[in-house]
Amino acid sequence: MRARVFVRFKTGVLDPQGNAIGNALRGLGFSQVREVRQGKVIDLELAERDETKARASLKEMCEKLLANTVIEKYEIELLP
Amino acid sequence: MKSAVIVFPGSNCDRDAATALEHLAGEKPALVWHGDSELPDVDLVVLPGGFSYGDYLRSGAMAAQSHIMRDIKTKAGKGLAVLGICNGFQMLTETELLPGALLRNAELKFVCRPVGLEVEETQSAFTRKYDKGQHVTFPVAHGDGNYFADETTLDRLEGEGRVVFRYAPGENPNGSARDIAGILSEKRNVLGLMPHPERVCDPLLGGTDGIALFQSLIEALS
Repeated sequence: MRARVFVRFKTGVLDPQGNAIGNALRGLGFSQVREVRQGKVIDLELAERDETKARASLKEMCEKLLANTVIEKYEIELLP
Repeated sequence: MKSAVIVFPGSNCDRDAATALEHLAGEKPALVWHGDSELPDVDLVVLPGGFSYGDYLRSGAMAAQSHIMRDIKTKAGKGLAVLGICNGFQMLTETELLPGALLRNAELKFVCRPVGLEVEETQSAFTRKYDKGQHVTFPVAHGDGNYFADETTLDRLEGEGRVVFRYAPGENPNGSARDIAGILSEKRNVLGLMPHPERVCDPLLGGTDGIALFQSLIEALS
């Protein structure tokens, strides 16, 4: 089973990289850009067929390593 | 005082810390590889600065999962003194031995220069040889030193006298909340700070303001 994990800063946590990307986009003439928040995408391939079990272990992976839950939130997506 | 400096792949201040400790404590610290599972019998563990695991995922995130860190966590819980400098501070927040997190510097630039600090708290094994409010200068060298914690945590740290080092007015190099440069754990046996006291322990290296930190530890732990 393949899975995709999105890790993003929580609302309210300063994202200086997002701000810099926003400034660069506006510098390129994309004046409609208001706010940019950037994050990470982590793709995983799991030796697991059961969706419930896969979700449970992915949640544990996120809590233990993939995200720092003090500053980041995560979303788990199972891929076909 | 017996001490150990943990060496991770990518550590680059392990020898600086070991040299400062050897010079000041008169005893060579053990250099312990991150893959070892047990600490030697020591009074102090230093998590050194550097770029452990190339800062992959997040600074300090991989080191926080290393073998030796399990033993450090257990023993820190029982009162072992742990000093985390720079990347070591990042490891301490990643292991949750210290609250909060260290974000990318607000200006996005790697900052490498001496900064002025105030020693705010002297009721600790790490700072008892300083004077309260003493101005010291330590170098910083980091890209992810922007201390972040929620308001409740920040209030609690301040209320409990756990903010040990603060950047002097106008000196905050990274956007840290409330100018915080170094904090203590609840039991006051774990200190994490972004600036490098081990780099100012010899006049030949440009300063001696870091000596009192190691002397504090020697006095408290010997």
